[in-house]
Amino acid sequence: MDQSKIRNFSIIAHIDHGKSTLADRILELTHAVSKREMREQVLDSMELERERGITIKAQAVRVQWKGHELNLIDTPGHVDFSYEVSRSLQACEGALLVVDAAQGIEAQTLANAYLAIENDLEIVPVLNKIDLPQADPEGTAIEVSHLLGGAPEQVLAISAKTGQGVEPVLDAVIERIPAPTGDLDAPARALVFDSSYDQYRGVVAFVRMIDGSFSRRQALKAMALGTEFEPEEIGFFGPGMRPVETLGAGEVGYLVTGLKDVARLRVGDTITTVAGPASAPLPGYKEVKPMVFAGLFPTESDAYPELREALEKLKLNDAALLYEPETSQALGFGFRCGFLGLLHMEIVRERLEREFDLDLLVTAPNVAYRVKTLGGAELEVHNPAEMPDEREEVLEPYIKATVIVPKDFVGSVMELCNERRGRFDHMEYLSEQRVMLIYELPLGEIVLDFYDQLKSRTRGYASFDYDLSGFRPGELVRVDILVGGEPVDALSLILHKDRAYDTGRLLVERLRKEIPRQMFDVPIQAAIGSRVIARETVKAKRKDVLAKCYGGDISRKRKLLEKQKKGKKRMKQVGSVEVPQEAFLAVLKLDGGGGKK
Amino acid sequence: MSGARHLYVHIPFCVSRCDYCDFVSLTGQRDQQARYVEVLLAELELERELLAPELDSVYLGGGTPTLLEAAALRCLLDGLPAAAELTVEANPETVTPELAGALVEAGVNRVSLGAQSFQPRLLELLGRRAGPDDVRRAFRLLREAGMENISLDLLYGIPGQSRRDLNADLGAALTLAPEHLSCYELEAKSGTRFAHEHGAELAAQSEALEDHLEHVVERLTGSGYRWYETANFARGEPGRDLRSFHNLGYWRGHDYLGIGIGAVSTLSGCRWKNAPSLPHYLEALERKARPPRETEALDEATKLRERVMLGLRLDEPVEIAEVEAALDRDALARLSDLGLVLVEGGMLTLSSRGRMLGGAVSAELIVWDAEPVLAGT
Repeated sequence: MDQSKIRNFSIIAHIDHGKSTLADRILELTHAVSKREMREQVLDSMELERERGITIKAQAVRVQWKGHELNLIDTPGHVDFSYEVSRSLQACEGALLVVDAAQGIEAQTLANAYLAIENDLEIVPVLNKIDLPQADPEGTAIEVSHLLGGAPEQVLAISAKTGQGVEPVLDAVIERIPAPTGDLDAPARALVFDSSYDQYRGVVAFVRMIDGSFSRRQALKAMALGTEFEPEEIGFFGPGMRPVETLGAGEVGYLVTGLKDVARLRVGDTITTVAGPASAPLPGYKEVKPMVFAGLFPTESDAYPELREALEKLKLNDAALLYEPETSQALGFGFRCGFLGLLHMEIVRERLEREFDLDLLVTAPNVAYRVKTLGGAELEVHNPAEMPDEREEVLEPYIKATVIVPKDFVGSVMELCNERRGRFDHMEYLSEQRVMLIYELPLGEIVLDFYDQLKSRTRGYASFDYDLSGFRPGELVRVDILVGGEPVDALSLILHKDRAYDTGRLLVERLRKEIPRQMFDVPIQAAIGSRVIARETVKAKRKDVLAKCYGGDISRKRKLLEKQKKGKKRMKQVGSVEVPQEAFLAVLKLDGGGGKK
Repeated sequence: MSGARHLYVHIPFCVSRCDYCDFVSLTGQRDQQARYVEVLLAELELERELLAPELDSVYLGGGTPTLLEAAALRCLLDGLPAAAELTVEANPETVTPELAGALVEAGVNRVSLGAQSFQPRLLELLGRRAGPDDVRRAFRLLREAGMENISLDLLYGIPGQSRRDLNADLGAALTLAPEHLSCYELEAKSGTRFAHEHGAELAAQSEALEDHLEHVVERLTGSGYRWYETANFARGEPGRDLRSFHNLGYWRGHDYLGIGIGAVSTLSGCRWKNAPSLPHYLEALERKARPPRETEALDEATKLRERVMLGLRLDEPVEIAEVEAALDRDALARLSDLGLVLVEGGMLTLSSRGRMLGGAVSAELIVWDAEPVLAGT
C-alpha cells in the first residue's frame, strides 16, 4: 500500500462524550459493517466470550474512504492506562478529539489532548451532540480553540447519534492528518500498542509497522524483552480478522504470535525480524508498575482456590495486574494485588465478582511506598503490615491532579485538596464559567475517598484526572488497629501523621459499633507503634440466657443454642474475640474504594 | 428401665389467649372439657406401663387447668396416679374458695399462680384478665384453704416496664411470701400476636433491660430465696426443699411422660410430642389408639448435650465425667479463665456471672458437631 494513501488515527474523549458512537458511525459510513451486522457482531463476540472466557476485540479497524485506507485505533481511554493510551497514540499520526458540546472540556479531554500533543499528533477537534438542546457549540468551540490553538471555525460540529456532520470528519482525517512516512526499505520495526490473549492461539499483538515489512512465517523478535517467535498469522481487522501475507510500513495490523505467556510480549516493545534486525528500538518502552495495592480475600475461605484461578485468568489479558499470596490473621488466605490505579482496581474487582462469581473482601487500598531502612537498605512496601517500625525515610508517590469545575466550586475543591496535603500548582479559566485547577497531591490521599468527596462537594460537576509525578518523602506513620489487644493486620493503614488521630478514632468507633458484645470487655485501639492514639470498649454483655426451659421446650432450646454457636463459626477470630466478617466489611467499605469515574 | 417418675398433663382450655403465649391453648370449647378429661385418662391408660410404680411428681399445666369445671377437674385428679408433688397451674381470676378447697381436698400440694405483674397497665398490655387484686385474693384463698406451697410467676422486660415497675412487682410478690417464684424475661416468640405488636419495642429496650435479671436475682436472693435455676427461686426454709421437683426432673435429664394435646414426653432416648389438634386427639383416643405424634430419637451425643444445657441452668454441679464427650475442652479452659465456669473436684458449675450468661456459655461449652458417641451397652 502506498503510504500516502494511509491515515492512522485515534478517537480521544472524556468518558460519555461520544467516542464509541462516532466510531460506530464511521464503521457504518465506510461500509465496514452494516447496522444489522454491527449488532450481530456484538452478539457474536459475547457468545465467544461465554464460550471461551475471552474476546479478541478489534483494537484497530481498517476502513476505506475515498481511495484511502484509514486505520482507526482504539484507546483504553483512562488515565490508569495512560501508558497504554500513549502507546496507542504513538501508533497514529493524528487524533479526533471529541468534546461534548453541552459539557465542554473535561479533565480527561485535557489529559488525552496533552498525551496527543506529546506524541506529535495532528489533533482534529470535533464537537459532538450538537443536536442536544443544551448544546453550546460556539462556546465549546472557543474553549477548544483556546486549548489547541487555531480558529474556532476549524472545529467540526457533529451529532454522532444522528450521523449529522460525520462525513466531513472522515474528509478531515484525510486532509488534515498526515500520511505515515516510514522507510519501507529499512530493517523492519513495529510498535506493539496493545495485545490480547486467546487461549487457543496465545498472545495476539496489535502492531503499527513503522519501517520495513513483516511476512508470515518470518522469525521475529521483541527487542526489549528479547522474546523470539514466528507468527502463525498476520493480518488486519476489517473489523473481523483478515489474514494477509505482508504488513508494510505505515500499516496497522495484528500478529498471532503463538506465545503462551502475556508477560513475554509487552505493550510498548518494538518488534523486528531476527534475520535483519533494526539497530535501535522505537522510543518509549517502559515497564508499567502498579501504584495502588489492596488485599483481596474471599469471604468464604474455601473460595481461595477459585480466587487464585480467577486472578490467573485475568492476568492473561492484563499484564499490569500483579498479585501475590497474602495471609491475614483476620481475613485468612487471599492475595495482595497491585493495580495501575483506582479504576483499574475497580475493574478487576468487578470482573472477579461478576465474571467469576466471587464474594470478596477488599482491604483499604494503599499506594507503593519506598522505604529507606536504618541500615540504609531500600525496599518497596505494598502492604501497610509490612512497613518496618524503624526507618530512615519513607517516600510516597505524588500525582499531578487536574480538576475542572464550574467556578462556584473552586473554593470547595481547594479546601478538599488542602485537607489532602495538596500543593496548589496553578489555575486557569477555560471559559468564563469553568476553571481548571492543577494540584500536586500524594496518591495515598487519593486512593481512599478523594473522588467520592470531590463529587459530593461539587455536586457531581467536577471532573478529575491525574498523572504520576514522582516520589517524595512524607511524614507517614502506620496506624494499627487492635481488637482485644491483638493487631488486626488487614486494618493497618499508612497515613500522614496529621491524619492518624482522626482516622484512628473513626476506625475504632466504627469497629465498636460493628463488633457484637462478647462475654468479656473488648478494648478496641488504634496505635502507632506502641502508642495508643484512640480507644473504645465493647462492653461485656451482662445477660444471655434462655428465659425458660421446661419439658416441652428442650429440643427447640437445644437447637437455638446450636444455632447460636454455628453463627459464631462464621465469625473471624481475632485472639479470643469473635468478629463478624461484616465488621471488617463495614470498616473497609466506608474507607476504601475510590469510586468509578 | 424402671419408667418415668414425672407426669405432665396438659389442659389446653383458656378463657382468652394471652397475647404473648405460645403454649397450646384453646378458647371456648367448654363443652369439650369432659370429653377431653376422659381421653386424657385414656391416653394415660395406654401409656401407663411407661410410668414407674411410684411417681415423684404430677404437673397439671396449661392452658388454664383451673378453668375445668369442678366435676371434670375432680374426675381428672381422681384418675391421676399419686405423687409426692402434685402441682396445678392456676390463673388468679379462676380461683374461688370452692376451687381452692377442692384442690386441697384432691391432694394438690402445690399451686403455680400466674401473677406476671402487679401493675394494671402492664397486665392489660399482656392481655391478662386478672388485676393485681385478683392475684392477692387468689393467693389468700389458696392459703386459707390450706395450700402450703404456692409459686408465683412474674414477667420482666414487658414493653414500657421501668426499673421502678419491676421493683414494685418484686416487692408485691415478696409481700405475699410465696414458697417459690418463677421470673421470666418476656420473650416475643415469633408467631405470637405480641411479637408482631411489640417485637421492635422489645428489641430496642433489650440492651437497656440487660441488667434486669441481675436485679431480680439480687433482690430475691437478698430476701432469702435460693436462685436454684436460671429463672426459678425457692424460699429457703429449714427442713423444707421448696424447689419444683417436677421441673427439677427436666433439668436433671430424667425421663418424663406428657399427656394431652401438644404435650411432650421423653423416655429412653425417644422424645415425642402429641399433635396440637384437639379433634384428632379426641378421635384417636376414643378408639383407644395413640394420638398423632411427632417423634425425635435422641442419640447419646444429643442426650449429653441436653444434659449440659439443662444441668447448667441449676445451681447444682454437673459431673464432668458424665458429660465429658459433649464438652469442648478448649472452651472449658477459656470460660474458666474468664471466671464464668468453675471446675472443682471433677464437677462443673457456673459462676454467678456465668449463670447470667448461661445461654452463651452453654452454646460455647457444648461440642455440637462431634460424631455421635456410641451408646454404652
